[in-house]
Amino acid sequence: MRIFDPHIHMTSRTTDDYEAMYAAGVRALVEPAFWLGQPRTSPASFFDYFDSLLGWEPFRAAQHGIAHHCTIALNPKEANDPRCTPVLDALPRYLVKDSVVAVGEIGYDSMTPAEDHALAAQLQLAADHGLPALVHTPHRDKAAGLKRTLDVLRESDLPPDRVVLDHLNETTVGDATDSGCWLGFSIYPDTKMDPERMVRILRVHGTERVLVNSAADWGRSDPLKTRHVGEAMLAAGFSDDEVDQVLWRNPVAFYGQSGRLTLDIADPGALHEGNSILRGGE
Amino acid sequence: MRFASAGRHCVRGEPPHHADPEAAEAARVLILCAARADGPTVTRLYEHGTAAERRAVLSALPQLPLGTDGRAGVPLIEDALRTNDTRLVAAAVGPYAARHLDAHAWRHAVLKCLFTGVSVDAVAGLAERSRGDAELARMLGDYARERTSAGRPVPDDLPRVLALTQMSPLSADVSAGPSVRSPSSSATGPSVRPSASCSSTGPSASSSTGPSFGPSSEEA
Repeated sequence: MRIFDPHIHMTSRTTDDYEAMYAAGVRALVEPAFWLGQPRTSPASFFDYFDSLLGWEPFRAAQHGIAHHCTIALNPKEANDPRCTPVLDALPRYLVKDSVVAVGEIGYDSMTPAEDHALAAQLQLAADHGLPALVHTPHRDKAAGLKRTLDVLRESDLPPDRVVLDHLNETTVGDATDSGCWLGFSIYPDTKMDPERMVRILRVHGTERVLVNSAADWGRSDPLKTRHVGEAMLAAGFSDDEVDQVLWRNPVAFYGQSGRLTLDIADPGALHEGNSILRGGE
Repeated sequence: MRFASAGRHCVRGEPPHHADPEAAEAARVLILCAARADGPTVTRLYEHGTAAERRAVLSALPQLPLGTDGRAGVPLIEDALRTNDTRLVAAAVGPYAARHLDAHAWRHAVLKCLFTGVSVDAVAGLAERSRGDAELARMLGDYARERTSAGRPVPDDLPRVLALTQMSPLSADVSAGPSVRSPSSSATGPSVRPSASCSSTGPSASSSTGPSFGPSSEEA
């Protein structure tokens, strides 16, 4: 089973996770820029984070045989802090980078005017840079948040087939499907979706345009949830080909729209057994 | 082609047209040379660059007009040597470092290669700068003792560099290299090969950087 996790925050994960992911079949992932749990207080803090998504984290991933791409954006939560909004002005120099395959995570958190502005501005940046967009749907008041998201999307220059709506569930999958966007589902131990509910949605909605991710981060989450969905699909009678479509071909097709997805894993070269991480910290 | 987007424009000619990072690096080096990028420019490109872009800046430094003393790239080399990204460490220890790093920083760069598994084949001017360097010899000996007392293997390259330090500064030509050769298992890998030079005719050409500090592949 080959797996492409289209949404996972490896900055928050350990080398044990990378090893377990590789053993489970993960060969590629996309790490969206997001909130780090501790609020940032200046644009420079974002820039170091973005640089890490373009430098150190792909290097770590390559040592474990996993191709790493990222999405770059000002996340909706911090779009509300005027100390952070100058990040929007610096995004163009990041959105030209080779391993940036989408603008994201963008979307709504508390549905404020500042979030309206950041979402619309960043959808325009995606259109201007030939990139798709990863749009987070809010955790609170999700159904209303999705409707407002779709209103902004309709007014944007970005066509729906270049947008994935993420963190969907049973209450939002219908409207999301009707929008023509790609459908993202995050599988969590406690919240969001679980593998069995995911299988039920796949039975009803089919496997087209569906992305399944672990969205693993610094919270209680599990980077192997993608694999668990694959196993639950097989147990429910889905074919190997359908599992491959959901867990590999769909994310490749979605992020491939950037023209920047490179899935030939670079030889980690000098780094047998992850030496520079294990003992490089002089 | 733009500096930032070179990676997605440099793909192999045959299907499935995989990315060609070495060609992308060569293209970026050629862009820097064609633009005759100066100190402020390379500093900005490095600070705003991805790891691949930073490697290209580091590789191009010996061939760029960096002011009268040519030292504008030194802070970039020092930054790369503070990372643990072996792609950057390998690119940092090229001919520019051989020419401009002071003795202390250069010795630490050699040790950094041993620590992180970067083959010392990447270190330009290794034989010339190591020759008769008693302080480097002491550091290598201490490191070997530390590894041995911990029951851990000594890096394959360590005895090779140690042998170089023990060549007399006035001794005969060492270009044939010492007899202690490291096996290639310490693996330079594709990411640490010499990149194109400004004078190269194609992206696959290896660098040629003048008489003082040629690529280490010529020394070994």
